[in-house]
Amino acid sequence: MADPIFIGISILTVGAAIISLEARELIYGAVALAISMLGIAGFFLLLDAPFVAMFQIAVYVGAVAVLVIFTVMLVRTQALFTTKEDKRRKGAGIALMLIIMASLGALLLTSGLNGQFGNFDAQSKVNFVQIGQLMVGYYAPALIILGLTLAGAVIAALSLARREDVEQQHERTD
Amino acid sequence: MSELIDFLIVSLVLVAIGIYGLVVKRNAIRMLFSIEIIANAANLVLVAFSRGLPNAQGQTFALFSIAIAAAEVAVGLGLIIVAYRLYKEIDVAEFRSMRG
Repeated sequence: MADPIFIGISILTVGAAIISLEARELIYGAVALAISMLGIAGFFLLLDAPFVAMFQIAVYVGAVAVLVIFTVMLVRTQALFTTKEDKRRKGAGIALMLIIMASLGALLLTSGLNGQFGNFDAQSKVNFVQIGQLMVGYYAPALIILGLTLAGAVIAALSLARREDVEQQHERTD
Repeated sequence: MSELIDFLIVSLVLVAIGIYGLVVKRNAIRMLFSIEIIANAANLVLVAFSRGLPNAQGQTFALFSIAIAAAEVAVGLGLIIVAYRLYKEIDVAEFRSMRG
């Protein structure tokens, strides 16, 4: 059965995920999302994957959360408070959520996956030397393409955010 | 000691919350939050199976997935800022009118 640390982290992660969607102010939602990502990093530590946990904290909690918080500060606050959800849509969303949880949960519990792979103690841990060898060996082309994709995405985001300023300068000179 | 099925159930709950957010919320930033939650649940499943098999490829894929998600967030937030400048609104239902 699950140990208390696991139960604590899962309550933190799921609770923070719900708060990030339901908090009235978007800035609190962004902070709750960062806490949820931190909980996922805790799961990675429980799964004996400290390298992925470190990466998760550096990228999600360090970069993505800060980026989201800056965007929330750039977007005017009045636009954030308009909640135009109707009750029927929300009820349908909760029903869909429960249906997905029940059906996929029943499928998981009856699948027998846990008997096949579930006993973590019997398996040896993944050494992160293996991850490094895979990344610079077999997956080296994927790593290069990933780097180019990241560079392209950052340049695209910069150009998207910049274009309006150039147009405004044109209007001023006209 | 926790088992594989515990991690899978937490991941399932996170996916369901993310789908709920995508269906119900109309705020573009909140929809981006939902996508992030779903991507994190997928990473959790990858690492959990990587521990259970055991195989290092699951963790390698999780690392790639985290990097791709960072690029996706950068572009998504850039799009949201552009949409906000055009429409003065980040409600996705208002984007359909194609004015501006």
